Amino acid sequence: MKKLLAILLAVPGIALASSGGAALEHATVNLHDKMSLQRGAQIFVNHCLNCHAASAMRYSKLTELGLTEQQVRENLMLATDKVGDPMTTTLDPRDGKAWFGVNPPDLSLVARARGADWLYTYLRGFYRDPTAKSGWNNTAFPNVGMPHVLWEYQGSQVLHASDKGPAKLVLESPGKLSPAEYDKYAGDLVNYLVYMGEPARAKRVQIGIVVMFFLAVFFVITVLLKKEYWKDVR
Amino acid sequence: MAATNKPPVTGAGPFNGVLTWFDQRFPLMVLWKSQLSEYYAPKNFNSWYFYGSLALMVLVIQIVSGIFLTMNYKPSAEHAFASVEYIMRDVPGGWIIRYIHSTGASAFFIVVYLHMARGLMYGSYRKPRELTWIFGVLIYLCLMAEAFFGYLLPWGQMSYWGAQVIINLFATIPIIGEDLSVWIRGDYNVSDATLNRFFALHVIAIPMALLGLVAAHLMALHETGSNNPDGIEINDNLDPKTGTPVDGIPFHPYYTVKDLVGVAVFLIVFCAVVFFSPEVGGYFLEYNNFLPADPLTTPAHIAPVWYFTPFYAMLRAIPSFFNMQVWGVIVMGAAVMIFFALPWLDRGRTKSIRYRGPIYKAFFAVFIVSFLILGYLGVEPTNVWGEFPKGTPMVGGDYIATWVARILTVVYFAFFLLMPWYTARDKEKPVPQRLT
Repeated sequence: MKKLLAILLAVPGIALASSGGAALEHATVNLHDKMSLQRGAQIFVNHCLNCHAASAMRYSKLTELGLTEQQVRENLMLATDKVGDPMTTTLDPRDGKAWFGVNPPDLSLVARARGADWLYTYLRGFYRDPTAKSGWNNTAFPNVGMPHVLWEYQGSQVLHASDKGPAKLVLESPGKLSPAEYDKYAGDLVNYLVYMGEPARAKRVQIGIVVMFFLAVFFVITVLLKKEYWKDVR
Repeated sequence: MAATNKPPVTGAGPFNGVLTWFDQRFPLMVLWKSQLSEYYAPKNFNSWYFYGSLALMVLVIQIVSGIFLTMNYKPSAEHAFASVEYIMRDVPGGWIIRYIHSTGASAFFIVVYLHMARGLMYGSYRKPRELTWIFGVLIYLCLMAEAFFGYLLPWGQMSYWGAQVIINLFATIPIIGEDLSVWIRGDYNVSDATLNRFFALHVIAIPMALLGLVAAHLMALHETGSNNPDGIEINDNLDPKTGTPVDGIPFHPYYTVKDLVGVAVFLIVFCAVVFFSPEVGGYFLEYNNFLPADPLTTPAHIAPVWYFTPFYAMLRAIPSFFNMQVWGVIVMGAAVMIFFALPWLDRGRTKSIRYRGPIYKAFFAVFIVSFLILGYLGVEPTNVWGEFPKGTPMVGGDYIATWVARILTVVYFAFFLLMPWYTARDKEKPVPQRLT
């Protein structure tokens, strides 16, 4: 109790422990780009879902991305055979804790909690760090427990400290993708994570526009009605 | 039999027979006339007068959307967070209901704060409307309780730690504090037991109290009649022929159609938030609340939702004296409770700010500004404006924002506590006989 108040009164505003460090790169999010979302979904099930779950997301929802149920079954469902199942992981939480020091968090809402820009910076911000347990560190998330799962694609970076300005990431050995291709690759994954955080978002905006038109008409009617009634008030 | 003595309901509609049947068994027409069609309201209401009816509408929105949320929400520590996401994803139209409810919570406070500001500006709390004001402050208290209990229900990180912090405030009370906080939580930590009781309070106890108080608020208002931007009593100037106020017009249809315009404008803003930006940059839905509650990880920056932040800023700014931390809690409580005393603190001869003197206007302006700045500071961490340089007398090394909050807290209370003095001495303007 005392400790809590002490935290409250004395030292609030230490920046989020995991969001210290680099300025964020801007991620391009386009929920109407179905191809990008499909690619992102594939990257997600192939690389993230091994350790992270997305327990609020059902495989069947992926049909919203322009895929048929058949395509989802054949290409994206690796851990289950029921298309209505949520995206769970086979990783035992105790193993996760033992291997990474922390149980890999559920990613259903990660884009809403962290923001797209943070995720994009994070996915591009891994660098070699021999002092870290996994051999990897991250500019957006210092001392992160997760190793660089996508290193095959990005290659491996190192952090070059410099006298002027902040430390810079430098590509040490290239991966399968060129830097520009990897940025797009990470961008697709972020796009998908944003979609997964709130699958209804595109529809929400769509309905909203119709609602606005309706309310604009309603507003005009109420103003005319009021004017008509108030004619005799002096 | 009284039923046959009552005259039939007249009018051009096809329902006269049915209405007469009801009216002979229920005070239908008496209520309709006394509360609406023959309730005379001043004819000069401006846009500040929309917020009362809007608050009533938001209450209805919250109750209706809340009922639908309850159908799929699970009040248990294990399932609450997931059930909210179930509503957001798997329940048809669930996301719309949830965003309506979350936006409605903030909208309720916006509307009520504007409604209270109106009351302050035009002296609506003054004799003979003291009871209307007191019922209103009670509604405000219930609303804060309702928002606080409701905020725990999604069981996110901010839900959890916000509740933890607020309940721990009670633990600062000497002697009984620790036991009291355990009694509130039903456990030594915020837990499943806490969530269950908060759910009960949020969906039954407080809403019932709210409805009763709203009824009392309206009944008291309709007993005295409404105030207006001039702060003149329209019932003092009756038409000798009809016996109705010269400057009054029937609430229905004049103000029902006018309030509809307010409803339309409100809904445009409300729906813009619901459909285009339900998080409002983390102010209506905090980003940290998209992480499930984790009793083992304290977020570095715990901030309540914006509507509590003026009081939270006061709480944080008050240092502990005599090794006790209860002072901040006392100040915070007093900042809310002092509204009850307002009708008896004001000694002005005029009600409306239109005819008040310069001293009152200055105090009022400074009060509003300090309330807003306190609200801003409560959202931000205390180091938002940096520290005073080391070696500055008195304040060296302290956070600048903390001292600003302390000064503004004094200003906040000065507005109320000095009111008997400055309102009695102010140079007020003459009040007109009729509405302007």
